[in-house]
Amino acid sequence: MDTIAGTKPTLTWAVHISVALLVVLWLFPTVGLFVSSFRTADQISGSGWWSSMFPQERQNPAIRLSGEELQEGELFVISGNVFDGSEAAVSLWGTSSRAPQAFQPGETSELSRDRTVTLEVNGDFRFTATESQEGKRLPRVFTTATTPPDFTLENYDKMLFDESNIEGMARAFFNTLTVTIPATIIPIVVAAFAAYALAWMEFPGRALLIAMVVGLLVVPLQLALIPLLKLHLNIGIGKGYLGVWLAHTGFGLPLAVYLLRNYMVGLPKDIIENAKVDGATDFLIFTRIILPLSFPALASFAIFQFLWTWNDLLVAKVFLIDATGETTVMTNQIVELLGTRGGNWEILATAAFVSIAIPLIVFFAMQRYLVRGLLAGSVK
Amino acid sequence: MHPALQGLITIVIGVGGCVGYFYFSNQILDRFIFPPRGDDPGRNINRANMVRPWLFLFPAIFALGLYLAYPVFETLRLSVTDRSLDGAFVGLANYGQMFGEPKFWEALRNNMFWLIVVPATSTAFGLLVAQLTDRIAWGSAAKSVIFMPMAISFVGASVIFKLIYDARPVEQAQIGILNAIWLQFEGGPGSFVFLRLLPAIMLLSFAAILVYATYIVALRLTSDRRQKGWLTPLVQIGLSVFGAWLVILALINSVQVFSVEYAYGEPQQWLTLPFWNNFFLMVVLIWIQTGFAMVILSAALRGIPEETVEAAIVDGANPFQVFFQIKVPQIVSTIVVVWTTITLTVLKVFDIVFAMTNGQWQTQVLANYMFDKLFRANDWGVGSASAIIIMLLVSPILVWNVANARKEMR
Repeated sequence: MDTIAGTKPTLTWAVHISVALLVVLWLFPTVGLFVSSFRTADQISGSGWWSSMFPQERQNPAIRLSGEELQEGELFVISGNVFDGSEAAVSLWGTSSRAPQAFQPGETSELSRDRTVTLEVNGDFRFTATESQEGKRLPRVFTTATTPPDFTLENYDKMLFDESNIEGMARAFFNTLTVTIPATIIPIVVAAFAAYALAWMEFPGRALLIAMVVGLLVVPLQLALIPLLKLHLNIGIGKGYLGVWLAHTGFGLPLAVYLLRNYMVGLPKDIIENAKVDGATDFLIFTRIILPLSFPALASFAIFQFLWTWNDLLVAKVFLIDATGETTVMTNQIVELLGTRGGNWEILATAAFVSIAIPLIVFFAMQRYLVRGLLAGSVK
Repeated sequence: MHPALQGLITIVIGVGGCVGYFYFSNQILDRFIFPPRGDDPGRNINRANMVRPWLFLFPAIFALGLYLAYPVFETLRLSVTDRSLDGAFVGLANYGQMFGEPKFWEALRNNMFWLIVVPATSTAFGLLVAQLTDRIAWGSAAKSVIFMPMAISFVGASVIFKLIYDARPVEQAQIGILNAIWLQFEGGPGSFVFLRLLPAIMLLSFAAILVYATYIVALRLTSDRRQKGWLTPLVQIGLSVFGAWLVILALINSVQVFSVEYAYGEPQQWLTLPFWNNFFLMVVLIWIQTGFAMVILSAALRGIPEETVEAAIVDGANPFQVFFQIKVPQIVSTIVVVWTTITLTVLKVFDIVFAMTNGQWQTQVLANYMFDKLFRANDWGVGSASAIIIMLLVSPILVWNVANARKEMR
């Protein structure tokens, strides 16, 4: 296409623009969640996340004046800043909820009982009264102000490091990790031996076994839920980590065997035959030659299995999470938060991003192996 | 015991146990059962080598059999028994009960929509992105971004898209981008362009591309005499009819889009709009699966021999002809693989529906229906019956995959 596109600059531009549009379209949802996880609840419900990158003008909740009272001749004066020093620029303000935009910054509002309030652009206020305000409630001001972009780590602090927060993600994070690591490593070992046998050993029924593995690749794991749960309950494993490890191992095996066998078949025959001539046993050939050479395929499968077990909800719900909820995983925690905290986006966004972050890191670090695994697993 | 410690021990036992099993079982085989000495060492070596593959295979076969093969038959058995009657055989009663439930038909209907829309859209987008990014300088960076959602869990993606679909009362600021955009339309000329003219143009160009693709398929049907067998022409006829149907649908809709009443100025609860909410859920899966389609199709496009493309250009083919008549026919088998793989994912889709609507507002799908029956209604019979329905829908692909694998082995 480039030879044609090269002769037509408009076409090249059209390609660049449409790819850029697609990229933005694909990135936009994730960025929205990411940005939202750094905003406070008020900010999130006050404006869309896309406007948070720019200074924005909005009407703030009422702020009640407070401060030290000083006496200046006849007057009792209280002064301070309504924004506590954070940067904001008042554009309009008022002292009554019925007219929250009555005054320009710098103007003075006359209140009942000879009290006055003056508010400057930067939020400095000066309140005067003819009698002491000791023990009385000071008036409120309503401001419409432009605030600069403001982000906070508070949400992450609350969701990850606050031990008292029962909705926190810390425990779910470690539970997920506990599920994931054994469930990734064990099937690799089991599958590697089987793949070697299917690739390099001659025995009757080999083709049938390979066909079976291909068939099992597509068996929906929905079918396995009830029979296996029954089995686990009968033999005493019950619901727990052991059950979920075994289940993930079983469900991951077809892909593991398939990927590894396809890769091992492509290894040079000479090396293996030479080793055999030199008297190496199959076990030695496997551990010393095949395994190191198969590293790319092993890495591919490891990433698949990691992403799959980390992101899994169904298997964990069926085989792991019992009535106590002690062993909840992150995906389940998020679904529960969606039910109970449907509108609290600062909690949801943070929780979701905590669970997304690790797969994303793994993805970008090992994308090459993931692509290779996909190609080996699908293109025939 | 702390679960992390338990996990560590399991890794050690699991991995160590596997390696130990393989090592010692090989040792026992070589040293004691068939040692290469005695009367006939050669025969013993041969015997040992006949047994050894099964030593290597045993754990995998055992696990596969127990965790995947056995459940298929057990589920089949459960689907014809009744748990409350102590597992008594009830014939097809569970199926009968299931077929009598409107929720099941709703799930089946929605699954059909999912099966058509998601694989088609993901594959089309994937092909488009693969083709567009193929030769531009920052193509691989662009591909990375499109591929990225593959790493995000269905649940995470559901949260991401729930934020997009979020709706607030009209007097508050909208925080869901879709409603924020929606409220920009008020029925003026801008709305006419974006909500009537543009969709109509898109539908018409979609129809035009379809007409072109159907025309090519139909052309092959009449001209290609070399192909033998009855399956390929049948598939081609099917594709042509389906394409023609879609073209008619697109044309009708492109006219109707001018007469639809839009609810301007009202924030929409997108996930509760009947019928359309299914498509808002599908968007999530399309967003995830496009990257997969793109990666595989991009590799396939690169595998196309350069000469075929050059020859076409020399013969005066325009870019569209090059793409549709030279490139696409050469990667048809890859497109089919991508399509079937995404179809499998669609059939098992559970998390998205579970997290976003849980099957309310007529968005039920089979996998979630099954989960509902198994773990909420606690009805194992009907639950297993619906699992068998999923298996039935998968089995053509299973057979096709196995047949392909066997063809390759020869």
